[in-house]
Amino acid sequence: MAQMNMIQALNSAMDVMLDRDRSVVIIGEDVGYFGGVFRCTDGLQRKYGEHRVIDAPIAEGGIVATAIGMGVNGLRPIAEIQFADYIYPGFDQIVSELARLRYRSAGDFWSPVTIRTPCGGGIRGGQTHSQSPEGIFTHVSGLRVVMPSNPYDAKGLLISCIESDDPVVFFEPKRIYNGPFDGDPDKPAIPWSTHAKGEVPDGHYTIPLGLAEIVETGSEITIITYGTMVHVSQAAAKTAGIDAEIIDVRSLAPLDVDTLVASVKKTGRCLIVHEATRFSGFGAELAATIQEECFWNLEAPIGRVAGWDTPYPHAFEWEYFPGQKRVIAALSNIMEAK
Amino acid sequence: MTRGSRLHIPHPPARPGEEPDFSYLETSPAGAIARPDINAKTADIEHLAVELIRVLDDDHNAVGPWDPRLDPGELQIGLRHMLLTRIFDARMQRIQRQGKITFYMQSTGEEAVSVAQGMALRPSDMCFPSYRNQGLYMVRGRNLVDLMCQCLSNTRDMCKGRQLPIMYHWAEGNIFSISGNLGTQFPQAVGWAMAAAIKGEDHIAASWIGDGTTAEADFHYAITFASVYRAPVILNVVNNQWAISTFQGFAGGEKRPFAARGPGVGIPGLRVDGNDFLAVHAATQWAAERARRGGGATLIEHVTYRQAAHSTSDDPSRYRPKNDAAAWPLGDPVERLKDHLIKIGEWSEDRHEALIKELEHVVQAAWKESNKYGTLTEGPWLDNDLMFDDVLKELPPHLEKQRAELRALEE
Ligand SMILES: Cc1ncc(C[n+]2csc(CCOP(=O)(O)OP(=O)(O)O)c2C)c(N)n1
Ligand SMILES: [Mg+2]
Repeated sequence: MAQMNMIQALNSAMDVMLDRDRSVVIIGEDVGYFGGVFRCTDGLQRKYGEHRVIDAPIAEGGIVATAIGMGVNGLRPIAEIQFADYIYPGFDQIVSELARLRYRSAGDFWSPVTIRTPCGGGIRGGQTHSQSPEGIFTHVSGLRVVMPSNPYDAKGLLISCIESDDPVVFFEPKRIYNGPFDGDPDKPAIPWSTHAKGEVPDGHYTIPLGLAEIVETGSEITIITYGTMVHVSQAAAKTAGIDAEIIDVRSLAPLDVDTLVASVKKTGRCLIVHEATRFSGFGAELAATIQEECFWNLEAPIGRVAGWDTPYPHAFEWEYFPGQKRVIAALSNIMEAK
Repeated sequence: MTRGSRLHIPHPPARPGEEPDFSYLETSPAGAIARPDINAKTADIEHLAVELIRVLDDDHNAVGPWDPRLDPGELQIGLRHMLLTRIFDARMQRIQRQGKITFYMQSTGEEAVSVAQGMALRPSDMCFPSYRNQGLYMVRGRNLVDLMCQCLSNTRDMCKGRQLPIMYHWAEGNIFSISGNLGTQFPQAVGWAMAAAIKGEDHIAASWIGDGTTAEADFHYAITFASVYRAPVILNVVNNQWAISTFQGFAGGEKRPFAARGPGVGIPGLRVDGNDFLAVHAATQWAAERARRGGGATLIEHVTYRQAAHSTSDDPSRYRPKNDAAAWPLGDPVERLKDHLIKIGEWSEDRHEALIKELEHVVQAAWKESNKYGTLTEGPWLDNDLMFDDVLKELPPHLEKQRAELRALEE
């Protein structure tokens, strides 16, 4: 066991897999010699060589497409897209190709590509370094979509993704790369060493894809969330003094419906929290599923806290970011409903 | 698998701790290259894409057929704009380091590109810049306070707080809004130029991207559409040798100059000494006149060097020698124009010093004024309601509701 932040945990996952499996390769902008703009691949090129940790031209469509081709020819590529905001030039290759290759060839062709990409705001990055586009990808059949909320999960989930024969889009909430974040930018930053999940085994381990985790057990309401918002929700429930059951979805697609449903059936109330914009966001899928499965157990309408339906504004970061205040307001709303 | 791999991985000539090495750089002597007629056929001038158009020689004289023969007054204005750009950049960099703005990108060493080109274009020509073309704003005379207020995201911010610093725009000045997504403006400029041609106007468009960005599909859309429709546009690749940590070899610059992509699709490519104000001006004039006369697009590669870090988030000492910039064979654009002006008796060290002082004062005064409109830490602040405007032309009902929700929360 070691103390790791999320960057180190992700680095360790890739290190373990490069070491265990000669077919694993990494390709992306600035990932090689430099070790990535967030340093997630630091030291890996030196260790495994520049034929396995490959600097790419600035072309996200090219990165995804060549990763697909490598995957078809027996490699197990990890493609890094420098920011989720820059994934769109690769969108066609992801949606029309990567996601559908197995289906259209009746299982004869497939490509086990894992696309890693930092997402989310709270870093004063403006509209092109802050987006949370996971809902665009959960809408695509044929992709797995994953977003960890802590170092331990990040490593175990990333290893599962690399080992999976399915294509995965793996979102990394960059605001919590270096420490958990409760939504209050005025508080001093806290390191991962203060968090139980900052303890990470050095070697190989996996966290199965498709399983959510109950991070707080509670009886009054279920909060369904993921990524940075797990920490914001925990802090908000605590501040509000509400005995909330908090679920970290982790694997957005396919979704662990059973865990969510069991919890809402128990608590009878449900709040969904994500950073991405609200309209047609992933929360809509969660709310629809809960409504279908738990309608007769619900004591109040399902609530949603999400980013406002605007591009991510540079100057209004903290008015935009769905912080504790908004989560608390939504919690009280749902708790008061009779 | 990797042992015996036949895959070629490009390597920059020097890494940290090694001596800078620019032996890969192919140059031509100043004045050596003929200036073809603006109606020349692309096939007849393909050599211009691999040679290097230069006007200023090592003795600071302007030589050869590409000399634009600008009068000294114009050269002094060019020098002033380049110096202003440099001093503005240096100041904003310091301001970012003091935590007063969130981010910044300097154009140090590349000032001749924006300034000479801005001066060679007409004010009615439309510019689609990247984030390293601040010199265009100097040439077209945007108030520095406006630029600083954008960087501050304050109450006078042209972007109403929505964009990162330096992502300016200026509709009246014909400078398009800067995107954070690389390369997108390149084919958009072609579309703007197509519209000008469709409407029968003689304005042209110009756009700029970096060497690294030529790898994006947008670059290829741009040169293809520009060629197919003979669009009146100047497409500029600013080859400053580096993307972030990857050198221009990772965009395919090792094998062929970027300018040579032009003849590949049937448009002329000009490879120009980007640190030579006169050469950049002359090449732009040539391309502009050709475009205005119906000759279509030109691809210009400006061979230059990114002297500063990629951005305030970058540390180049991690991936290239510290003294790389000083060893760059094509020198510094400000110094070269200054030396030329001195050589022809139209400038002096004293006047240069005085100009620097004056411009520092101008920048300082603008900064002081900008702060009155608010800073990151002190008001006045932008009204939060502004966050919801301009998503669509009119506020849709769901945003009206969200705006009301935010207002209620703040009470
Ligand atoms: C689509 C997209 N991919 C990646 C990035 C991240 N990024 C910003 S600038 C940059 C390097 C660009 O290099 P170059 O085109 O040479 O321009 P320069 O910065 O040298 O002017 C990268 C990779 C981005 N902004 N947009
Ligand atoms: Mg560059």
